[in-house]
Amino acid sequence: MDAVFLSRIQFALTAGFHFIFPPLTFGLGLIILIYETLYIKTDKELYKNISKFIIKIFALVFAIGVATGIVLEFSFGTNWSSYSRMVGDIFGAPLAAEGVLAFFLESVFIGVLIFGRDKVSKKVYWLSAFLVFFGSHLSGLWIIIANSWMQTPAGFAIEGGRAVLKDFMAAAVNYSTAQRYLHTVVGGWMSGSLFLAGIGSWYILKKRDLEYAKPILKVSLIVFIIGSFLQFGTGHLHAVQVAKTQPAKMASFEGLWESVEGAGLSVFGIPDEDEKTTYGDMRIPYLLSIMIYGDPNAKVHGLNEFPKELRPPLFITFQTYHVMIGLGGLFALMSLIGILLLVRKKLFESDWYLKILLFAIPLPLISNEMGWMAAEIGRQPWAVYNVLKTADAASVVVPAWQILATIIMFTVLYAILFLFFMKFLLALIKKGPEKVIATDGY
Amino acid sequence: MDTLVFLQIIWFVLIGILFAGYAVLDGFDLGIGSLLPFLTGTDEKKTAVLFKSIGPVWDGNEVWLITAGGALFAAFPHAYATVFSGFYLALMLVLAGLILRAVSNEFFSLEPENKGIWAKTFFIGSLIPSILFGVALGNVILGIPLDPKMEFTGSFFTLLRPFPLVLGVLGLSAILMQGITYTMLKTDGEINETAAGLSGKIYYLYASLFFVSLILSFIFIPDRISNIPAWIATVVFAVSMTALKYFLKSKNEMKAFLSSSLAFISLWGIAGAIQFPVLVNSIDSNSLDITIYNASSGRLTLSVMLGIALIGMPLVIAYSIYVYRVFKGKIKMTA
Repeated sequence: MDAVFLSRIQFALTAGFHFIFPPLTFGLGLIILIYETLYIKTDKELYKNISKFIIKIFALVFAIGVATGIVLEFSFGTNWSSYSRMVGDIFGAPLAAEGVLAFFLESVFIGVLIFGRDKVSKKVYWLSAFLVFFGSHLSGLWIIIANSWMQTPAGFAIEGGRAVLKDFMAAAVNYSTAQRYLHTVVGGWMSGSLFLAGIGSWYILKKRDLEYAKPILKVSLIVFIIGSFLQFGTGHLHAVQVAKTQPAKMASFEGLWESVEGAGLSVFGIPDEDEKTTYGDMRIPYLLSIMIYGDPNAKVHGLNEFPKELRPPLFITFQTYHVMIGLGGLFALMSLIGILLLVRKKLFESDWYLKILLFAIPLPLISNEMGWMAAEIGRQPWAVYNVLKTADAASVVVPAWQILATIIMFTVLYAILFLFFMKFLLALIKKGPEKVIATDGY
Repeated sequence: MDTLVFLQIIWFVLIGILFAGYAVLDGFDLGIGSLLPFLTGTDEKKTAVLFKSIGPVWDGNEVWLITAGGALFAAFPHAYATVFSGFYLALMLVLAGLILRAVSNEFFSLEPENKGIWAKTFFIGSLIPSILFGVALGNVILGIPLDPKMEFTGSFFTLLRPFPLVLGVLGLSAILMQGITYTMLKTDGEINETAAGLSGKIYYLYASLFFVSLILSFIFIPDRISNIPAWIATVVFAVSMTALKYFLKSKNEMKAFLSSSLAFISLWGIAGAIQFPVLVNSIDSNSLDITIYNASSGRLTLSVMLGIALIGMPLVIAYSIYVYRVFKGKIKMTA
């Protein structure tokens, strides 16, 4: 196995694991902010206590997010040093800005959020909740700026074999930054809100802690419903951008071989790269052309237009995209049912629906991962689209065995972290809000 | 002076400040971690006090490292690329340590019975980076084998030469000094007494390691150690250490912590003075050195980054001071 391949495995592993947690903190942070706002407006103890309980969960999620995040910042130097040399002029700045402008804010004020309830005024405490929310979202923005530049690079010129920044705003707010940021943030809201809605549902199913569970479920479900509809909009904007700026990626998402006027939207299929065909190809006629160009007869580029060596790995790009879209549809259906039950005031009695919410907890996280894989694998063979190939991006001095050794190290370490994360999370939930907020744990 | 050169010098200084900030701030919580078993034994209540003393702030402290790393990447990508890929295994051990310690405090508070296991992971996770940071810096100062493409040509064992190892232990002792003075500042009763008892030993270890390092510097890098800024920083170090001794004796805990911090900052001053304008020394030839001139990003990137730093860092420092003030005072042990 060569070093490039191993470094890709390692990045997939470490980034994939990390990416479970920050989206959750987006959603949890939003709901904490909602409850802190309700508390400061109404002065009801219940809202404060609910927030306290969610903050305990947030702290656990955040700890793992921090622990696994620093690996990624290092990895551009450790595993991808050729990449760093070539695009460091542009790519390093958003990472540094993330630290200075965003991550400091989140990390300093989370101290107040977790430990400072009795040490600051109500207003300062609310402000801390806001700054944690704001800091995490700003942090996400800088990371998406960096990643979007890899997808649709802009604002630079190649000089002496290196990408040199020419226009900061053009590089930061490139063709895909806004769409990808909104899509990722809403994905985070959906993850965090369904997480809490599922926990609330479990209490109601168990007929315990109802005083807490009902408002948690209601607020979280409303956030989830709003998110799942918003996500259609952001997803659409993002897909249109991909079709226009990364046509080979869109063709792979859709398993579309021949360029056609009036392309259908793929619902299902098993694309085969060797046979240059998509088996069981099921499409909604004309819909792809309509969605991208607003014209049923518009031309959509097929894979045959791109040389094989410039096409992404087809099967995995196609399927991860479809799983994401499928889950998006499922979330919309769940949301519609949720609205009906909310309007008819039958939410808390509908055990079957509460069970669905409970078991659906991991689905938005899976959807995030699938979308991210589709985006990143769909960019291959490029590390920076049309600028630098992944094969030329890896470190040249790190021997393969060392990468293999660290893959094993991270696998073991992350497996252990995940087991304890689950153990402590389940223990917090089982203990219930009242007992959890009664002690500081130490 | 050329604008680019000006920006390159500014960024050399700023990255030095970020690393020094990291050393001073995360230094004390790394130090407390590295001293944990010696300060608390297996007493969970005492361990809880120390975890509480750093709980609200350690996370913000670690962001100094994330920001310093990001700034190094942005300003001097070649230095970042060479060091991070060249010191691969060592940095992976650092990461493993940082991961363990990042979750330990949280897990300690959530663990119902065997809390001790998370005290141990926090100890190990703190100790490994505390030594390796100094070893890495020592290698950069002493020089490493580099090829004309700025790639590291040594192995893991290249890193384990005597001079860098001594600097590794010196760095550890500076971190322990931060940890012990912060412990004294934030605790009372038995822990405070244990810490005060240890502080003298750490002090002498620290001071003598500094002397050893100074002598070794005259042996290994004689032409670079003798420059005026380095001597000024050395004098500041000596004054801070004298003050530290005095404040430890007179039990002025805040001033002892600040003296220890100033001593640590002056160590960074010495390192900066003997390095400038080199970021990574080549062991073979000066012509292969990675410097602020041949490793830097372009003028626009450095200017934009400077703007971000000038707006962002004063804010960071202001709200960090505020939060430290919110959590000031000694942590009481719960019965």
